[in-house]
Amino acid sequence: MASLIPCPHCGQRPREEFTVKGAALVRPAADAGRNAWLDYVYLRDNPRGRYDEHWHHTSGCRRWLVVTRDTATHEIEGARDTAARTETVE
Amino acid sequence: MRYSAFSILLNGLRGNTAWKPAWRAPKPKPHYDVIIVGGGGHGLATAYYLAKEFGIRNVAVLEKAYIGSGNVGRNTTIIRSNYLLPANNPFYELSLKLWEGLEQDLNFNAMISQRGVLNLFHSDAQRDAYMRRGNAMRLHGVDADLLDRTKVRQMLPFLDFENARFPIHGGLIQRRGGTARHDGVAWGYARGADSMGVDIIQECEVTAIRRENGKVTGVETSKGFIGCSKLAVAVAGNSSQVAAMADMRLPIESHVLQAFVSEGLKPFIDCVVTFGAGHFYVSQSDKGGLVFGGDMDGYNSYAQRGNLSTVEHVIEAGKAMIPALSRVRVLRSWGGIVDMSMDGTPIIDRTHIDNLYLNAGWCYGGFKATPGSGFCFAHLIARNEPHAVTREMRLDRFERGYLVDEKGQGAQPNLH
Amino acid sequence: MTSYRLDKGGLIDRSKPLSFTFDGKGMIGVEGDSLASALLANGQMLLGRSFKYHRPRGVISAGASEPNALMTVAQGGRTEPNTRATMQELYEGLVAQSQNRWPSLNIDISSLNSLLSPFLSAGFYYKTFMWPAGLWERLYEPLIRRAAGLGKATYEADPDRYEKCWAHCDLLIVGGGATGLAAALTAGRAGARVILVDENAMIGGGLLSETATIGGVSAVEFAGRTVAELESLPNVQVLSRTTAFGWYDGNVFGAVERVQKHASEPRPEVPVERLWRIVAKQAILAAGAEERPLIFGGNDIPGVMMASAMRAYLNRYGVAPGKSVAVFTTNDSGYTLARDLEKAGLRLVAIVDSRRSGATAGVYEGSARIINGGFVPDAEGGKALSSITILQDGRKEKLAVDSLAMSGGFSPVVHLAYHRGGRPEWSDAEATFVAPEDHKGLSLAGAAAKASGLAGCLEAGARKAEALLGKLEIKADPAAFGAVEGDIVAAPTKPVWIIPGIKGKAFVDFQNDVHHRDIGLAVREGYGHVELAKRYTTNGMATDQGKLSNVNAIGLLAEARGVSPADVGTTTFRPFYTPVSFGALAGTSHGKHFQPVRKSPLHDWAVKNGATFVETGLWYRSAWFPLAGEKTWRESVDREAKNVRRNAGLCDVSMLGKIEITGKDAAEFLDRVYCNAFRKLPVGKARYGLMLREDGFIFDDGTTSRLEDERFFMTTTTAYAAGVMNHLEFCAQALWPELDVRLASVTDQWAQMAIAGPKSRLILQRIVDQDISNEAFPFLGAKDVSLFGGKLSGRLFRISFSGELAYELAVPAGYGEAAADALMEAGNEHGICAYGVEALSVLRIEKGHVTHNEINGTVVPTDLGFGKMVSATKVDFIGKRLLEREGLNDPNRLQLVGVVPLDSGTSFRSGAHVLEKGAEATLENDQGYISSSCYSPHVGSTIGLALVKRGSSRHGEEVQVWNGLLNEFTAARLCHPIFVDPANEKLKG
Repeated sequence: MASLIPCPHCGQRPREEFTVKGAALVRPAADAGRNAWLDYVYLRDNPRGRYDEHWHHTSGCRRWLVVTRDTATHEIEGARDTAARTETVE
Repeated sequence: MRYSAFSILLNGLRGNTAWKPAWRAPKPKPHYDVIIVGGGGHGLATAYYLAKEFGIRNVAVLEKAYIGSGNVGRNTTIIRSNYLLPANNPFYELSLKLWEGLEQDLNFNAMISQRGVLNLFHSDAQRDAYMRRGNAMRLHGVDADLLDRTKVRQMLPFLDFENARFPIHGGLIQRRGGTARHDGVAWGYARGADSMGVDIIQECEVTAIRRENGKVTGVETSKGFIGCSKLAVAVAGNSSQVAAMADMRLPIESHVLQAFVSEGLKPFIDCVVTFGAGHFYVSQSDKGGLVFGGDMDGYNSYAQRGNLSTVEHVIEAGKAMIPALSRVRVLRSWGGIVDMSMDGTPIIDRTHIDNLYLNAGWCYGGFKATPGSGFCFAHLIARNEPHAVTREMRLDRFERGYLVDEKGQGAQPNLH
Repeated sequence: MTSYRLDKGGLIDRSKPLSFTFDGKGMIGVEGDSLASALLANGQMLLGRSFKYHRPRGVISAGASEPNALMTVAQGGRTEPNTRATMQELYEGLVAQSQNRWPSLNIDISSLNSLLSPFLSAGFYYKTFMWPAGLWERLYEPLIRRAAGLGKATYEADPDRYEKCWAHCDLLIVGGGATGLAAALTAGRAGARVILVDENAMIGGGLLSETATIGGVSAVEFAGRTVAELESLPNVQVLSRTTAFGWYDGNVFGAVERVQKHASEPRPEVPVERLWRIVAKQAILAAGAEERPLIFGGNDIPGVMMASAMRAYLNRYGVAPGKSVAVFTTNDSGYTLARDLEKAGLRLVAIVDSRRSGATAGVYEGSARIINGGFVPDAEGGKALSSITILQDGRKEKLAVDSLAMSGGFSPVVHLAYHRGGRPEWSDAEATFVAPEDHKGLSLAGAAAKASGLAGCLEAGARKAEALLGKLEIKADPAAFGAVEGDIVAAPTKPVWIIPGIKGKAFVDFQNDVHHRDIGLAVREGYGHVELAKRYTTNGMATDQGKLSNVNAIGLLAEARGVSPADVGTTTFRPFYTPVSFGALAGTSHGKHFQPVRKSPLHDWAVKNGATFVETGLWYRSAWFPLAGEKTWRESVDREAKNVRRNAGLCDVSMLGKIEITGKDAAEFLDRVYCNAFRKLPVGKARYGLMLREDGFIFDDGTTSRLEDERFFMTTTTAYAAGVMNHLEFCAQALWPELDVRLASVTDQWAQMAIAGPKSRLILQRIVDQDISNEAFPFLGAKDVSLFGGKLSGRLFRISFSGELAYELAVPAGYGEAAADALMEAGNEHGICAYGVEALSVLRIEKGHVTHNEINGTVVPTDLGFGKMVSATKVDFIGKRLLEREGLNDPNRLQLVGVVPLDSGTSFRSGAHVLEKGAEATLENDQGYISSSCYSPHVGSTIGLALVKRGSSRHGEEVQVWNGLLNEFTAARLCHPIFVDPANEKLKG
């Protein structure tokens, strides 16, 4: 769902407050091979189904979130602060 | 059965009972020279030109639902070739030239209507950008004119010239741009391809791509295995899904783009107009509905539907551009799934698998490209080398750094 | 009273007459009327013309599904085309016009189209109008466009207000009929936060046309009492005149409230419509069921209407449908109407029941003639119904009637439940498409979910509310109601898709003139898929989106294809349930308020100094400051630019993005986000920085100063201020959360002004307490300063966009105007002037400084001559790895270069292209384009910056600047992009 985003800091907030960036990927190490970088910047799994993506609570707490969402149904499974590297219960 | 005023007269007098099907409903053959996955505009056009221009007629188009069920049937019907970059402009101009003779070629009235496409600008910087674009078009012999505020006002006096937050300074117009009846395009190509022997197989979903020794041998489908010598994929919106069947990852994300139609009105606006101070563009169909759209919802989606915030965003821009729209009512909204490529430009190319061809990444601009895409894709499939105007629409441009980025937004699809 | 108004009955106030006009003819209705009921009461049966054949049409429904009675209501900027007369409340002075007819509704030339109908069958236009090709735009299409369309929209601006709001509730109930009221009462009494929306002015739905009793009181009274109780509960909000038009993700419902569409003179302080975005924990769709028309010849003639609609006109509005009435039904519900017609004393000529067995025992005790196993294959009449043909056992009989009610069974209104995907499924038992009761967050109840009869609906509504509140852990007792009496509960019967023996045109989609033969034709021609048939015939694509036609079309498709409706399936349900105005969806965002306005803290200073402003993004920036006697903007800009280079100028640069970066790792962070080095930037120094995207292209530029060891102050371009901030936060939070760095956008906290020119130091020193001599504060110095003898602190940067000795002074925003005033005063004796963004631009082009004209997302550092800035030693920075690609290092790339005309009397403009001298104007010969240009008062001619292939190695080459759009072709020379003070000495002096 992308009408409301469950911000772990602010609660359910309307989509208008957020900016979406795209797939939540791990940036390769500086010395990773060229292909790792090309993959990171250009190639996408683009799954039909569960998807982790970066949303920014631009007009709210200004934190970047990893929102887990289904691209076929728009259901949101959860959202966590991107800096919380492991999925912890808030 | 040739269509004409005479055939309408004759059939009308006979109670319209003798019309023949526009296309057959064939059972799949065991093997085809070329299988095209995707019975949308691009797939059907590819089949048509393969048969007509390259004499390859043992062709099947496989469509998982009904023909035209994808983006060719859910866009805002605009045709134009007002592109900036030399890697794009000749391709879209080739496409527009094909549009110009399409109906006579297909013997099907797709209501191609060159009533003009006007892009408004609201600042000096926007004017300069359109000046650059218009001149690039002119250099390629494409028609383009820069209109000042007075000329725009004469043409469309009902735009907001009095109270606008971002006053209109002028516009760039391509008079040869316009609209077409989108479904009719799919049907016309389907009928044309069918008449030359192409099998159009609807409700036939491809579930796997069979490969042997590094080559494609055919596809598994909901109607069984179908063999082929060459496999061509034209499934914009679902390109990543089909590519994954051949273990490919693409520089593409699937996004939802909403479009809208208003209630039918007597002639209100003649040309296509795009707003320069917000996301909104509009034209009026021959039936009378205002057909309009705006920005993408911005998130990856396969759902063919968007959300209310984007609806409001588009409508706000619409009323800002034409205040009188306030009392017009929006009838219906829908969503199309677009292949957003990482530089905003499509891909027509061979793949690492010898006989697998890819036509993808059309972003929100695939409709206008339909004839050109079909023509060039057919060229690629038949000759194994790209048509001159799609030279730069290659898959390896990302790796090599030869990007074709009209908007200069970089590798973030939802900004293109 | 008017001719068709009954003497008594109905929810109207006969003592309150309302005058209105229809096509200029004065008529009288009464309070409580809809426009449709008022017109019928006046005996006005002919209300419109159909889309294609221009057939005379009346009203067929009494609600939202109306396809025929569309009219243009109101005048001027309030003109609303295509308004359903059935949904428009009557008000005093209402002006209504019929549509799609010429010269008049009564005599419509285009009705001749009917005679040509054999040649105008579905999709005929795909088969002709192709020869000669050039005639399409010039002849055929203009004719088609003029003939098509419905009402005429106004070109005037709307005088009325709109607004939007959000609402949150435990339970949203869509539909205020028996089901919805029972649900609302159950939930309301349980203390849940309830919102009940209903599209009608009066809440009650079908109860308002009902003659049954509930617990001993009339259905109408029951509805009134229930609404009164609901309105007394603080936790319940009842919204009448409110249509839930869409169901969106997150269980958000879009609804539009027609606040003042029934007002003669809308009050200016109240919106005319209000958009609701309702976030519901749970929702009930209790939208009832839609009666299906029957497909027989002439089923569109004025006088033929749905049985339920006729019942509404009779019982709710006190309007007689005609003088002699027949009922044609396939199920028991037709008898409810028959009973009420007889009770009202109207002449009921016959009840034609397609069932051989006739009505269920006990349903009908009236005296009308009943024709069981009978059909009406054709109705006759022109602008009004005159007779019907009855077919029974092969015998035909003609009956004179002026009114015919039809009922082909019911389809649940499930529209909203499928806005988020899915489709209903065919049920043979229910003889219609049905939806499962429970969807995630939305449940169906009542007639929308197969319940039948008033008692069934009341119970279903109460139980559904109880169940849904249970999920929210709110305990509720289902509301109980007294016994229902006098209700006929019609069981579903096998549908009759096509009436045997049709002679005339039998319409499926009334508004779009799709008749039964069109459906057959679509199947024959290969368009038999339900979606193709829709698109080919246009069935279901009218303003009612097929509310009356879709299920019938599916039935006909099924018959033509020889399959079950289950195999045909439905088309896709999409918003909007009923059409919604642009005004409501735009809310307050229009005109000058389309976007918010950002004003610099120096805005008033600029106003005071006579600035002309220009929109730059959301900002209003001071563009130039004309003096008395200056006739053109160029005069002012030339003067300002010259004065800066000669004396000094003050320019507002507050709109540059300003970001404060602090923390132990702030320097490391900057080292990673800029492609050039920042870690070793000394405290008290500023440095120009170039930020790349991860793909190697330039993202933004600006200066960043180190104010303390762990405190930096970054400026960004105006356009990218927000984008850079988001990007830095992404880097800090997502990429390198381990770094100790904090970011704060302080754009609005500081007023910032550039003081540029040889006299700038003299002037500044007058207000700055510290020594700012060249020795004490050299080029690229940056420090906190005290001002006005310690009265104020600010930040001073010795940076220069103009190439002159220059500073940027930042003071707290609230002091900006005072500081600027003081500087202007101090500078007076030195000849200071205010200069705007135009002169700023001239000065920067003269110095070859780039902006987003050049940094357009497709350039890399070497393109702009910044190749040496890119750190070769840093292990990592954003963009490092992909900058290495071949294409980003191709020597043929466009590179920054200066351009001057050979003849200083000639000029060129940005957006012109560059061709080799003498080269033919082709795309292949395109060498690049002018990215920035201006008249330089110092060079004495137009100058430009351009991005040209291999530009940096082509200085001195003669070229042609080609502007085919404006027919301007200028001989020019490529040159070094710095036009003034190429050694950069002035800024260091």
